[in-house]
Amino acid sequence: MCSYLTVPTDIAGSAKGAQGWFSVTSAQVYFDHPFHAPFDHTLNIDFADPSRGPGARVAVELSAESARRLVESITEALAAAGAAAT
Amino acid sequence: MPAPEEALCAENVMFTGTDGAQINAYQALPGGDGPFGGVLVIHHLPGWDPGTKEITRRFAANGYNAICPNLYARQGLDVDPDDAAAAAREAGGIPDEQFVGDADAAIRALRALPTSNGKVGVIGYCSGGRHSFLTAVSLPVDAAVDCYGAFVTGTVPEGFPLKVTALVDRTPQLHGPLLGLFGNEDRFPSPEQVDELEAALKAAGKTYEFHRYDGAGHAFFAVDRPAYRPEAAVDGWRHIFEWYGRYLAGD
Repeated sequence: MCSYLTVPTDIAGSAKGAQGWFSVTSAQVYFDHPFHAPFDHTLNIDFADPSRGPGARVAVELSAESARRLVESITEALAAAGAAAT
Repeated sequence: MPAPEEALCAENVMFTGTDGAQINAYQALPGGDGPFGGVLVIHHLPGWDPGTKEITRRFAANGYNAICPNLYARQGLDVDPDDAAAAAREAGGIPDEQFVGDADAAIRALRALPTSNGKVGVIGYCSGGRHSFLTAVSLPVDAAVDCYGAFVTGTVPEGFPLKVTALVDRTPQLHGPLLGLFGNEDRFPSPEQVDELEAALKAAGKTYEFHRYDGAGHAFFAVDRPAYRPEAAVDGWRHIFEWYGRYLAGD
């Protein structure tokens, strides 16, 4: 199936793409067919700065299981940082 | 007839869409003088990707002039296809009117090739299956193939991010015969939605042929994904070439 559903969120930070580092302002999160990963569906995240055009994008395509593990890792790392991560 | 050694020539070409936009396309032509039928290959939502270009070459290897336009060319001709697909997705897909204009120009380009026999078919997979049907109800094609296209029938959920509508009401305008290939474990389109399309084709008195595969779901032609089902895909390819052999042949 194609889910087509996308969950966008505003972000602040940087990402390194084909043209080097750039600031990112949005993350598009969706579970759908990947472009490259050898799975039927993947959890895809596009870290992007749409104002710089379609090429200002760092993409990841993760299996559902690894995406869930990543969520746990992020949560754990933020918790470990304590007050510094507020 | 295809060259025995499946010789072909593939390259990137440019053509002008009906709205004047410059469109890049992947074109594969059989070796030999022809005349050959033409096939418009429509990529799926993930974009102008290597898999669809491989399909384009497959048609050329089997004796058809084939062209696969970059439907996301307006995102930039020098933009990587995957980046263009992500941007197009964020924009809610491409408007049907824009797609039909690009398909029209691509079909004209196929018919203008010196080796063309004047006949053109269309094929698409997944979202391209819907686009294949949209082409066939909008433009004068000689044959169409819909591989598990979603939202030809059925109801598009409210708030759905992709700007699509069902097309089944336009079935009476279908040009040329339609071959449909579907997996019985697919949910988009579901077997019931395939039933709805078949009923509309019958009611409109259209020529069609459907093949529905048990044990296969969505994207069973995709060789680099777990969804690949060799038996369904091999049988499906046989039907595709029989279909085009029947309706696109001629001098």
